[in-house]
Amino acid sequence: MSGIRLQGIRKRFGRVETIHGIDLEIGDGEFVVFVGPSGCGKSTLLRLIAGLDAVSEGVLEIGGRVVNDVAPAARGVAMVFQSYALYPHMTVFENMAFGLKLAKAEKGAVEAKVRQAARVLELEPLLDRKPAQLSGGQRQRVAIGRAITRDPGVFLFDEPLSNLDAGLRGQMRTEIARLHDRLGATMVYVTHDQTEAMTLADRIVVLRDGRVEQVGTPLELYHRPANRFVAGFIGSPPMNFLSAAALELEAGGVAEIGVRPEDLAPADDGRFEGAVTLVEELGEAHLLHVETAAGTVIAKLAGAAAHQRGDRVALSAPEKRLHAFDADGRSLALRGR
Amino acid sequence: MSWSPLQRVGFAALLAVIVLIAVFPFYYAIVSSFQAGSELFEVSYLAAPDLSNYAAVFTEQPFGRNILNSVVVAFVVVAVSLGLGVTAAFALARVHFRGRGLLLVTILSVSMFPQVAVLSGMFELIRSLGLYNSLAGLILANMLLTLPFTVWVLTTFMRELPKELEDAAYMDGATPLQVIRYVFLPLLGPAMAATGLLAFIVAWNEFLFALTFTLSNEMRTVPVAIALITGASTYELPWGNIMAASVIVTVPLIALVLVFQRRIVAGLTAGAVKG
Repeated sequence: MSGIRLQGIRKRFGRVETIHGIDLEIGDGEFVVFVGPSGCGKSTLLRLIAGLDAVSEGVLEIGGRVVNDVAPAARGVAMVFQSYALYPHMTVFENMAFGLKLAKAEKGAVEAKVRQAARVLELEPLLDRKPAQLSGGQRQRVAIGRAITRDPGVFLFDEPLSNLDAGLRGQMRTEIARLHDRLGATMVYVTHDQTEAMTLADRIVVLRDGRVEQVGTPLELYHRPANRFVAGFIGSPPMNFLSAAALELEAGGVAEIGVRPEDLAPADDGRFEGAVTLVEELGEAHLLHVETAAGTVIAKLAGAAAHQRGDRVALSAPEKRLHAFDADGRSLALRGR
Repeated sequence: MSWSPLQRVGFAALLAVIVLIAVFPFYYAIVSSFQAGSELFEVSYLAAPDLSNYAAVFTEQPFGRNILNSVVVAFVVVAVSLGLGVTAAFALARVHFRGRGLLLVTILSVSMFPQVAVLSGMFELIRSLGLYNSLAGLILANMLLTLPFTVWVLTTFMRELPKELEDAAYMDGATPLQVIRYVFLPLLGPAMAATGLLAFIVAWNEFLFALTFTLSNEMRTVPVAIALITGASTYELPWGNIMAASVIVTVPLIALVLVFQRRIVAGLTAGAVKG
């Protein structure tokens, strides 16, 4: 039973407030990802849950217990750091056993726990090595192993994959997903990589400037963004934003129209019409940059490009795939045409 | 860049001159320590090993006791300096508190006062604490010299250690003291060896405090004892004995430096390049 509840959480550093009152409930066993641009407070929020920084205001509950003033280790949480933060002078075994040793666990029990974690993470042949003798991916696995041995109810990940190269990142991502299935523990994961967020999360929390912009499943965020910020943040390449006035869709206070590049398709009577300014080939798809009267539109179309720079092209998207935003960036239901 | 033979020879000659200048005084002290009485007044660069001066040093005054005093004072000063230095460095490098910068500057400025300036005040302090003419008094006084740089050097090293390492230890359930003991101390090993050795040399060679705060021969440390070695008459300065005593007390320092040489170099360059 290790759900997390945040009620009116605020964090101030001196006079500067960086977290402005966050309410959030994370269910037991749920995988929640915090995303947002750098400086949005996602790492700070994670450190508050971990207990590495003190909450300035609000109530933080873990497993139904208020933990505002509880020491990190006593909260039943473990954390995996971006830089791995392995103890350089200890072997892999000692790194993983350190927390248990401090908790004065019996020697045989420590050995059993570490061996088991090493087996899960395929670290058994490396137990006697020092961190300096490991590759990046192995170090990250040791860092995860160190978290596992303490049997926490909650795992916290602070951008754990951002120091790895692209290939390893994909591999570790699936390993973390598998680990979540296997352990069934609550996991809170911070990243700025939306692919990680989309693929790993049960629910995504989008943060900006210390406030929650939207909470929802990956597909909810993708299909029904609450505002222009979330719409632009989720999805790659990002959503196109076009002047509603130029498209004659401004009825009902609509200021901007959003359309995802992958929802666009060439159509003779398409409403997004203009000259192609750039063609980007991706192999399985291509990106067309089209200069329209309402602004630049990027379209992601399957296969190799059938157009060249300078060609005139008309694009359209299904009506229900158009997103409408008012002048403040809030999502609106699109009315009229 | 490769050197021509001429440049190599020139460089070797330069090195030889530097080594000669650095080593000659100590060599001459050794030579002098083997000579007795009037031989000393003739310049000679070779001497047969004659240990009578060494024996005389120990028989004519409680020199063994003086060495023991120096050893006790130096080791206790090093141990206490490192203990206080590490814990203070942890606070100064890792804990945010009001007046931290001011405190650091104050510690640094303390080390800039010449010893003579604090001598009389220190004397009063030692007297009022009842530590006059005791090793404890000397240890306290020497800390004034060793603590500032110990704290500063260790603070600098402690700052270099990644913050996430400390956070990870807290997540593992460590208390601040356990973080120091199990995580920082092993990583600070080279820095501790370097600063500890410097503190040892300072305490071992310290003269002014040791002269002022002790009264009896039995409480003196080696530098004072050597300075106060007297000959048979008022007009004779027994250079042979003085040189023998100097050699005796310099050898342990040289041995220490040689033993710790590698660690010191590692300590002085650690953190300069990530690796």
